[in-house]
Amino acid sequence: MSRPSTEAEYLARLVPASTAALSRRNLLRGAVGATSMLAIPSLLAACGGSSSTTSPGATANTSGATGTVTLGSNQSDAVPKAAVQSVMDAFGKANSGLSVKINTIDHNSFQENINNYLQGTPDDVFSWFSGYRMRFFASQGLAGDISDVWAAKTDMTDALKIASTGDDGKQYFMPSTYYPWGVFYRKSVFSSKGYTVPKTMDELVTLSKQMQKDGLSPIAFGDKDGWPAMGTFDQINMRVNGFDYHVSLMAGKEDWSGDKVKKVFDTWRGLLPYHQSDSLGRTWQEAAQSLQQKKSGMYVLGAFVAQQFTKGAEQDDLDFFTFPEIDSNIGADAIEAPIDGYMLSASPKNEAGAKKLLGYLGGADAQNLAVKADPSVIATSGAADTGAYTALQKKSAEFVKSAKNIAQFMDRDTRPDFASTVMIPAIQSFIKAPTEIDSLVAGIQKQKLSIFSS
Amino acid sequence: MATVTADTAHQTPKTPRKRSRYKGLNHLSGVDRIVVSLMVGVPTFLVVALVWFPAVGSVLLSFTNWNGIGSPSRAKWLGLTNYQNVVTNYPPFWPALQHNLIWLVVMFVIATPLGMLLAVLLDQELKGGRIYQTAFYLPVVLSLALIGFIWQLMYSKDQGLINAVTGSTIDWYGDQSYNLGAALVATSWRQVGYVMLLYLAGLKGVDPTLREAAKVDGASETTTFFRVIFPVMRPINVIVLVVTVIESLRAFDLVWVINKGRNGLELISTLVTQNIVGEASRIGFGSALATFMLLISSAFIVVYLRIIMREER
Repeated sequence: MSRPSTEAEYLARLVPASTAALSRRNLLRGAVGATSMLAIPSLLAACGGSSSTTSPGATANTSGATGTVTLGSNQSDAVPKAAVQSVMDAFGKANSGLSVKINTIDHNSFQENINNYLQGTPDDVFSWFSGYRMRFFASQGLAGDISDVWAAKTDMTDALKIASTGDDGKQYFMPSTYYPWGVFYRKSVFSSKGYTVPKTMDELVTLSKQMQKDGLSPIAFGDKDGWPAMGTFDQINMRVNGFDYHVSLMAGKEDWSGDKVKKVFDTWRGLLPYHQSDSLGRTWQEAAQSLQQKKSGMYVLGAFVAQQFTKGAEQDDLDFFTFPEIDSNIGADAIEAPIDGYMLSASPKNEAGAKKLLGYLGGADAQNLAVKADPSVIATSGAADTGAYTALQKKSAEFVKSAKNIAQFMDRDTRPDFASTVMIPAIQSFIKAPTEIDSLVAGIQKQKLSIFSS
Repeated sequence: MATVTADTAHQTPKTPRKRSRYKGLNHLSGVDRIVVSLMVGVPTFLVVALVWFPAVGSVLLSFTNWNGIGSPSRAKWLGLTNYQNVVTNYPPFWPALQHNLIWLVVMFVIATPLGMLLAVLLDQELKGGRIYQTAFYLPVVLSLALIGFIWQLMYSKDQGLINAVTGSTIDWYGDQSYNLGAALVATSWRQVGYVMLLYLAGLKGVDPTLREAAKVDGASETTTFFRVIFPVMRPINVIVLVVTVIESLRAFDLVWVINKGRNGLELISTLVTQNIVGEASRIGFGSALATFMLLISSAFIVVYLRIIMREER
């Protein structure tokens, strides 16, 4: 596979070849008429493929939409919750006769109960993530087709459109915000100690040793919840084996017990002495606080690390660089930037209103409010107002633009059952016993075969 | 509707039946029969619907690859594949089984004798016995999840009491060489009070004349307890045994609040939850794990039932 030359193509790599092979024109022409969803002899009436009869390409007829739209939101923390509320209020103001009833569910519970939620009586619109999990729900007939909303979208890149496309070539997802992963640090710490941003692995190790001399933990690390360390794996894998290999490894097409994966763990083992110790008892928030308190020098995490820094001067002191290059043939231009957004449930009570809302959520007005409320994320709409961005958001936007390839994140790029029941324990046991790589990867491969073949 | 008349002249007056000895079901009047059948039927229905149906359903699902979406009829029948995967290539399974057994042994060897000792001491009518009793029993009324949080105040690496007092830097909940022990201390803290209360009730029920007779025969306190009192408390012993086994197999909430049952705190129950609840949705695989749990519990239940049946004979 050749490298895509524009930022606009980066997400094309996230969809399966069957879809990616379609040209954009074919995507738009698409199969018209009843969707060939799996017929589900369901226990629940709410379950089953939505057979939208609007032909893709025709704009959604939402002009006459009135009534109440229900929204299932996983933004349960105070700050994002208020942001969602303000976005929905603005939507109600902009569309007289339409109002949104927000049903806020605790973030983790929402994720854990998503299957039951979608098969029960889900809200018209619900918050979710792009990647495998979105396509999976779409193919199971648990999500509604919003191709007609997309047909009227002009402010999203084709790349985002492809990232919102299901296995059948229709769009099921409306991107709202996203955020990059990188190596975060405090500018004031770097300037006072005279550190420079490392470009290669050797420089990173040298810098880490210097930080240890200066009494800092070089790399903050907390993996109590099991998922944060996945980010480090992804970064090292993309630097050692390249983006294409990473994608196909996540898709279950590669041998986990092969030399390539072993090399990732080997490289990581070389870095472990510079990671904060006792990481399995520490949450990412606690690790982020050690960066904030200048006890650690760097932290490999998503931009949401900023949530542990007070808004204003302290957040402005936060900066990041891309994970250093390990192999000069591979380079360092593949990054991770997970996209958050919204989806339509399979049989919404108020379809016209819900589609109107989805169109609004994918637009600049809604996203301007969202990124203002949470400065750790950036807008996906090209029409969004970037003038009001904080320094960190400006940097994030630049960073994403200049990246050649963008992955989502291990638990979004691969099957969630594999990510949570195999990779979480595997990575945790690697952290505990970094020398037993061979048996570890053999175990992962065995489980991969049993999960991906089922 | 309007043709109904209040004509009751044809009704034969009821002759009062003579009460006779009960001769089995056939002898019951219609109303009694309905009452009896309801009294038998309703609980039976509830037990079948709420206990047996889900249990059998889980066992059946454990042979499939159902992912919780759509009806189970869409799932593929895998036979014993899930069981094979659990035993051969699921790394957390054997540690979990081991931890469950360690849990059982600790509850049995440490918590139960301690509870018994406290009960015997409190039975001595000492001053302020009530206060001690309340203090020891207090943890029992708390949920284990809450106990996990309470002990966090003791164990926390940076802010915990233990590290503050001793100056150690051990991460009691995070370090896998300590966290199982830490969790067992927390759960014993509660279990001791529970066992103590059961034995206290048992001791109160022992006939005082037995103690007097033992005294007259010149038995010491210890001999009296082990040779006379303890055997008399047999029913209580059986209850304590069962409670201990059930509590050990059920152990879940405490480790779940600590770290979701990972990193040295794996238990069968947490593995079941990790696989079934949440995004993983490996219902088939998780059910296979749950079936292992069911088999282990069944072994103990059979033993218990045999003891009870023999008692009744």
